[in-house]
Amino acid sequence: MNKKTRTSSPMKRKEALTGYLFISPWLIGFIVFVFGPLAASLYLSFTKYNLLRPPKFIGFGNYHHMIFSVDFWKSLEVTFYYAIVSVPLDLLVALVLAILLNQNVRLMRLFRTLFYLPAVLPPVAIAVLWNWILNPDYGFLNRALGFIGLPKPQWLVTPQWTVPAFIVMSIWSVGTAMVIMLAGLQDVPQTLYEAVVIDGASTWQKFRYVTLPMISPVLFFNLVMGIIGAFSYFTQAYVMGSSYGQGAGVNNAGLFYALNVYIQGFSNLHMGYASALAWVLFFIVFVLTMLVFRSSALWVYYGSEK
Amino acid sequence: MVSGRPQRVTQKFIVYLLLIGISISFLVPFVWLVLSALKSSDEIFVFPPVWLPKHFEWGNFVKAMTEVSFGRFGVNTIIIAVLNMVGNVASCAFVAYGFARFRFPGRKILFGILLATLMIPPEVLLIPQFILFHKLNWINTFLPLTVPAFFGNAFFVFLLRQFFMTIPIELEEAARIDGAGPLRIFLQIVVPLIKPALTAVAIFSFEGAWNSFLGPLIYLNDQSKYTLQLGLNLFQGTFHTQWNLIMAASVVVMLPIIIIFFFAQRYFVQGITLTGSKG
Repeated sequence: MNKKTRTSSPMKRKEALTGYLFISPWLIGFIVFVFGPLAASLYLSFTKYNLLRPPKFIGFGNYHHMIFSVDFWKSLEVTFYYAIVSVPLDLLVALVLAILLNQNVRLMRLFRTLFYLPAVLPPVAIAVLWNWILNPDYGFLNRALGFIGLPKPQWLVTPQWTVPAFIVMSIWSVGTAMVIMLAGLQDVPQTLYEAVVIDGASTWQKFRYVTLPMISPVLFFNLVMGIIGAFSYFTQAYVMGSSYGQGAGVNNAGLFYALNVYIQGFSNLHMGYASALAWVLFFIVFVLTMLVFRSSALWVYYGSEK
Repeated sequence: MVSGRPQRVTQKFIVYLLLIGISISFLVPFVWLVLSALKSSDEIFVFPPVWLPKHFEWGNFVKAMTEVSFGRFGVNTIIIAVLNMVGNVASCAFVAYGFARFRFPGRKILFGILLATLMIPPEVLLIPQFILFHKLNWINTFLPLTVPAFFGNAFFVFLLRQFFMTIPIELEEAARIDGAGPLRIFLQIVVPLIKPALTAVAIFSFEGAWNSFLGPLIYLNDQSKYTLQLGLNLFQGTFHTQWNLIMAASVVVMLPIIIIFFFAQRYFVQGITLTGSKG
């Protein structure tokens, strides 16, 4: 602190003060709405608290309870199942769509608009619409499957077809990832393609040795956002789950982790326990994100980035 | 050269085929939605299904809007969405400019913290924030859903900072030599230059508030304060056999976003690509 830094000159000091003034809305907001609540929720996770009486400290009681709770393990299973299938699948679909949209063809703007639109629509409306499309008896999907002679799964009505229904629905909303990938594809310098074509590269080799490394930062970004999104999946789970079974589908087959946090906190008023659940979620997302960050050294290429 | 041409033609053909095929599968849910909204209660369950309704039941829209007080929900949603838009545009522009242009101790660390907050799952903040607003007696008011927008949003601050970095600093230096203070430079020179980015932030925050469900779900209790998203879910719970009415209500809730999207596509795409392409 006593170091002779340049901030000691009046000009610099004035600049620093102005800077702090400009960022002060965020700084105040961060302390009041993020940092304070985070600290409070860590404390609450060690208490028994129902909003009505003051929190009672119970040490690791909530965490201990969690280990023996069927709902906790069920919600982990549901969320991991959804994440493991939907995150890679959505990335792949988004990449294929982005490559198609990066071709030089007519009506490109129209196609881009069409593929991106579902991603900006209200999640509640999407969930309500897909509830209808996935209706096992009257829904469009099963009528179409029946028409071509395929079996008609009991989407959302039977436990084993609950998570798959959410996965099917997620593909429809890959627009955001797709647009980011498209931007990444358009940033790949054409000269690189020209260079490898002279060396006799095939289409696959162009993709494997030029496109893929060049868009790896974008894939990385989408992977991280996809993981965070999958573990915070709530609105669709709430809206669709409540229409089949009590809150989370038949036999809790749609009990996503975030939905469990909501039910424990706001339906059962177990605020302390819900805080502990939320911290475990935070920990899981943190570990997964760190693993992806660590692994990124192996597969993400930042070579020509400025 | 010559031998490459037929191959390129087939390649183009396959690309078109795929694009059209995928477009149709992306459009079918919309078509199904609109047609279901226009069918009579009997026709909606008919087997084999009919695509086009015999009579277009435009009355479904009126019925859907009047059976539940959708007008009230619409007004509530607009109030919340507009306040979010104003709050985010004002606060995020200030904060982003602060991070982009001024040197102060701890700037890098604070910006790092700002980016790190993007990775906090919203559920972690849900309970403590609810308790905070409960203590403030803000439950069942619009305050928890609007006030935080005036304190900056990490995603928008990041986006606007990227824009500010592209503005040549010489413009501001010239103004400073002429004696303009930082606030005046910011409002009169910089803000007009980043209008497209501010528009993107405005549209994104309007859309975000319009589409939001979890916040209104936990903070609003009285039906008179409900938003459209809560109304739609309520509707689904109450009238779940009247799919034609539910679909009509869904169309109404989606329509404003679809209209904004068609007029402001450019800004949506701009805003989103800036976050992804350059790490």
